[in-house]
Amino acid sequence: MSSIEVLEERCVGCELCIKACLYDAIEMRDGIAVIKDNCTLCGACVEPCKFDAIILRQEKREAVELSDYRGVWVVAEQRAGVLHDVSFELLGKGRELAEELSVELSAVLLGSGVEDLAPQLIARGADRVYVVDEPELEHFLDEPYSNVVAELIGRHSPEIVLTGATSMGRSLIPRVAVQVKTGLTADCTGLAIDDKERLLLQTRPAFGGNIMATIICPDFRPQMATVRHKVMSALDADPSRKGEIVREKMDAVLLESKVEYIEFVKDLTQTINIADADIIVSGGRGLGGPENFHLVEELAEAMGGAVGASRAAVDAGWVPYSHQVGQTGKTVQPKLYIACGISGAVQHLAGMQSSKTIVAINKDPDAPIFHAATYGIVGDLFDVLPALTKSLKAEL
Amino acid sequence: MNVLVLIKQVPDTTDVRIDRETNTLIREGVPSIINPFDTYAIEEGLRLRESAGGGTVTVMSMGPPQVEGALREALALGVDDAILLSDRAFAGSDTWATSYTLAAGIRKRGEFDVVLCGKQAIDGDTAQVGPGVAKLLGIPQVAYVRKLTLDGKRCIAERMMEDGSDVLGVPLPALFTVVKEINEPRLPSLKGKMKAKKAEITVWGVSDLEVDDSEIGLDGSPTRVKTIFAPELRTNGIVFQGEVDETVPLLVKELVPILKTEI
Repeated sequence: MSSIEVLEERCVGCELCIKACLYDAIEMRDGIAVIKDNCTLCGACVEPCKFDAIILRQEKREAVELSDYRGVWVVAEQRAGVLHDVSFELLGKGRELAEELSVELSAVLLGSGVEDLAPQLIARGADRVYVVDEPELEHFLDEPYSNVVAELIGRHSPEIVLTGATSMGRSLIPRVAVQVKTGLTADCTGLAIDDKERLLLQTRPAFGGNIMATIICPDFRPQMATVRHKVMSALDADPSRKGEIVREKMDAVLLESKVEYIEFVKDLTQTINIADADIIVSGGRGLGGPENFHLVEELAEAMGGAVGASRAAVDAGWVPYSHQVGQTGKTVQPKLYIACGISGAVQHLAGMQSSKTIVAINKDPDAPIFHAATYGIVGDLFDVLPALTKSLKAEL
Repeated sequence: MNVLVLIKQVPDTTDVRIDRETNTLIREGVPSIINPFDTYAIEEGLRLRESAGGGTVTVMSMGPPQVEGALREALALGVDDAILLSDRAFAGSDTWATSYTLAAGIRKRGEFDVVLCGKQAIDGDTAQVGPGVAKLLGIPQVAYVRKLTLDGKRCIAERMMEDGSDVLGVPLPALFTVVKEINEPRLPSLKGKMKAKKAEITVWGVSDLEVDDSEIGLDGSPTRVKTIFAPELRTNGIVFQGEVDETVPLLVKELVPILKTEI
């Protein structure tokens, strides 16, 4: 069993390890660091110790035969015959990784009557598309989708599998990772190759974005990761690119679902899904009431953006939950995020701080939102918003 | 109707920060809370028990002994019993090993109709353990459930997707992960709090579960943390102060090039 130990003769009681611990799992007893039982063996305290007094012993374990696994895969997402942009973005990143590893990039496409979509995936960088086209796969259902992806991994042994961190991807792919017994890292914001070890370095935010962690999967294959929409960049479509389309057949038992798909109900309150929007204008408590939300909507409309909201505005019933940005709402990463009358609680920042440009409009110059902002205006929303809308309309 | 709710105790993430000068963590007495999404799972469990006209709601968690506090909070809300999977051997579990251990705990607990989880935990944000447990138990799952209704022997679940909801008919037993929109959690009653204080919490260690030693804790975890670091700071922003007819044009001057070239 792996274990962690403090070498008492080396520990000087400097408490650096306590500061490095993410879990409050070290305390001082008689001037010596003692590791408590809520330690997760994450190893964050090992390097900060200037006296090499903390030893993390990791059990040697049997690795799968790593060289049997080659190639980078992207599990493409389509809904009602339309490919999700995140699939193209993953192909863009996948292309980079595949070239660095000198292997092929393949896409996996599941659905019913979807083979026509395969050339789009090739145009965006795939060398090969595995297509599983079956009536049972018309709608996204976890059991058949995960069975099929796991089966394909078993047949072809890729070393890396990337999936969009969409509702579908985040529901489907953990099931696959358990099925094939390998590691999975959610919501990566950075993916790179460690040439020496031929490992995928998977960087992701944790603790609401306050900390970044780089995760590896050294002994199991494939190395699996999900990436949110708009984090990676797609290649421009090149229709002249050549690729191979491979139709894969599945046993009927793999396509069975205990769950029955009844119907899809479109969300009519939202014309643009905020998680997909390039521009988001969000309103918060500072708007004072639902009757003033039109100021936010008009600014969004002037730029072709979507409307978001803080938790305060949603909890007050001014705006539906599907618009909520933040820790208990959606995490968004638009190119432009404008926060109007939002003070900037950490929970809100966790949902939008990765946006490219952030604009804060607030009458309180000390509001924490200004610390996250690229640009800010200190002023009264009821004056600033109409003036900004009018002026942008004139310019655009 | 027997419901099992999986919960996690998490630090209230608002207080976890990195000191950029020393690259060490600042934690000023970080309070531990029940993962907010799990409070909706608990509430949904209680509602399912009520609408089925009977049954039990059990909460289960994996973690160090202090997780008992979170389990007592759940008991105060009207949950029937609480099980803690706690053992040094579970330390260092990633989502794979956590799913494996929880699935073993659920198997030992025995019969259940519904397993509920929050859609994700706010410290890790992975959303992976629920689907992992479902796969290991060999039962269907539906993630991101915004509405759950009993329909004879099955449940009708509305799954929140980016563009709307998928409505699904789900035979039981099944696992559901729930979003905030699903309900409004109740507050504990005074009677509930009193009862929770005295309640017995079942604690199972590695020897109580049918698990393979190589599949649990750090050794059973395919992923490893390589490094931990502070995110890049946003370069100092520009804040305009003054009259609207001065500030707005200054902002517009910055925004127009962004809107015209980047979007």
